[in-house]
Amino acid sequence: MKLRLDTELCQGHGRCYSLAPELFSCDDEGQAVLLVEGEVPADLEAAARTAVDNCPEYAIGTE
Amino acid sequence: MSNPPVADWATDFDHTDEQWAADPFPIWDELRGTCPVAHTERYGGAWLPTRHEDVSAIANDTEHFTSRSIIVTPHRPPMELAPEGIAPPISSDPPFHAAARKMLLAVFSPQSIARLEASTRAYCQELVDLLAGRDVVDAATEYAQHIPVRVIADMLGLPESDGDRFRGFVHDVLEGVARPLEERVDILLALYEYLLPYVEERTANPTDDVISMLVGSDIDGEPLTPFHVIRTVGLLLIAGIDTTWSAIGSSIWHLAATPSDRQRLVAQPELLPTAIEEFLRAYAPVTMARLVKEDVEFQGCPMKAEEWVLLSFPAANRDPAMFERADEVIIDRQPNRHAAFGLGIHRCAGSHLARMEMRVALEVWLEAFPDFHLADPAAVSWSVGQVRGPRTLPVSVTRGA
Ligand code: HEM
Ligand code: SF4
Repeated sequence: MKLRLDTELCQGHGRCYSLAPELFSCDDEGQAVLLVEGEVPADLEAAARTAVDNCPEYAIGTE
Repeated sequence: MSNPPVADWATDFDHTDEQWAADPFPIWDELRGTCPVAHTERYGGAWLPTRHEDVSAIANDTEHFTSRSIIVTPHRPPMELAPEGIAPPISSDPPFHAAARKMLLAVFSPQSIARLEASTRAYCQELVDLLAGRDVVDAATEYAQHIPVRVIADMLGLPESDGDRFRGFVHDVLEGVARPLEERVDILLALYEYLLPYVEERTANPTDDVISMLVGSDIDGEPLTPFHVIRTVGLLLIAGIDTTWSAIGSSIWHLAATPSDRQRLVAQPELLPTAIEEFLRAYAPVTMARLVKEDVEFQGCPMKAEEWVLLSFPAANRDPAMFERADEVIIDRQPNRHAAFGLGIHRCAGSHLARMEMRVALEVWLEAFPDFHLADPAAVSWSVGQVRGPRTLPVSVTRGA
């Protein structure tokens, strides 16, 4: 699984970096920053899905 | 001063009706099933979408819907106010909006807000200490109400002792929508008059507060006018106080009325952040509005220029197409893609602050009063209009009662 963050759609609700801090952080304006490039480690796949499913703006996708 | 009773919710709705204030959920559920975009002739014409999909579409369509005013009244604010609007950035449209918003984001970022947690906790503790020894307390007026007032006064660098004054302004702006235009203008002028000396003072002697930050900000190299600063400060008071008061109050109300959820949170405090998202979903306090820019058809509805659209994030949050068991409060709900802080470019700039205040307020409350329940359910009263929360909330806090 790979994660994609659409920075145009992201409005900084912060659900992803609260729920999956291993995968997302934020810049100094509260916009999401994706921490992993490439494959999501297997033990973080559930966290990745939680982030995807809670983003109010549908800004996070998987591929 | 109240409006005539609603004849039919699909064609004559009124969001300031008593029935809506007390229990709006059945109204929205009914409309979603029968007439998902309701209309009223009141307020010079207004529409009410209740499906998540429609609320989201309008929130994201700044081409057809303007934020020139976000509070429904019988009046329309002058066109000349665009693009800033009366309280930038909430009343601004693109492209101006982005610049007016950007200057706020750093002071309201999660990192900046984390620095306010210790003082917020100390203040909540002070408030519960004052209530010690009492059997029945009003969780709305003796607790929840004070927290956002104190926090925002600190951030802005305004004296805490002016708290009653801020609350008065906020109440007049949000709940006095039926007043004549001259009175509405006077309310704002009084606020501007109160704030102007602070803005002038911080212009001369900047500190590290938010007013000084705004005074030092620019848009494309042009410093903000004192008028812009004042209107943004006014927005922070209006957007930050009744909203958060309502969110904390509704959470306490739910727990006071639902002993099993209260016991579960006392036993498992680590569940609180998840529960807070569910309280935000189920009791979302804020409904915004847009004005239709030019005649447009939306979901088959002929929307006319200058009609209102009520943007009910609370109704969207109860849409069964979006949430399983949407009408139930499930404190460990997962996932929870709620829209309590809005959708699109106007996402609540204070959301990280509001979440911190809610978490700290509830942690301190649950630790002080693990056994509270509604003292008199019939005495609970709710605010009227676009910000919804309990305004009288008597709870019995006697241990073991
Ligand atoms: C639980 C409490 C709160 C809720 C539910 C809430 C909700 C909202 C919503 C729904 C919007 C979107 C407005 C729109 O689309 O027109 C908004 C915008 C805004 N809120 Fe909040 N709010 C809360 C607390 C706060 C606090 C504490 C502050 C700061 C002091 C704040 C400041 C703002 C600002 C500045 C905007 C305008 C953002 C923009 O237009 O870009 N809010 N809020
Ligand atoms: S949850 Fe979505 S909108 Fe919010 S910060 Fe993360 S990516 Fe951005």
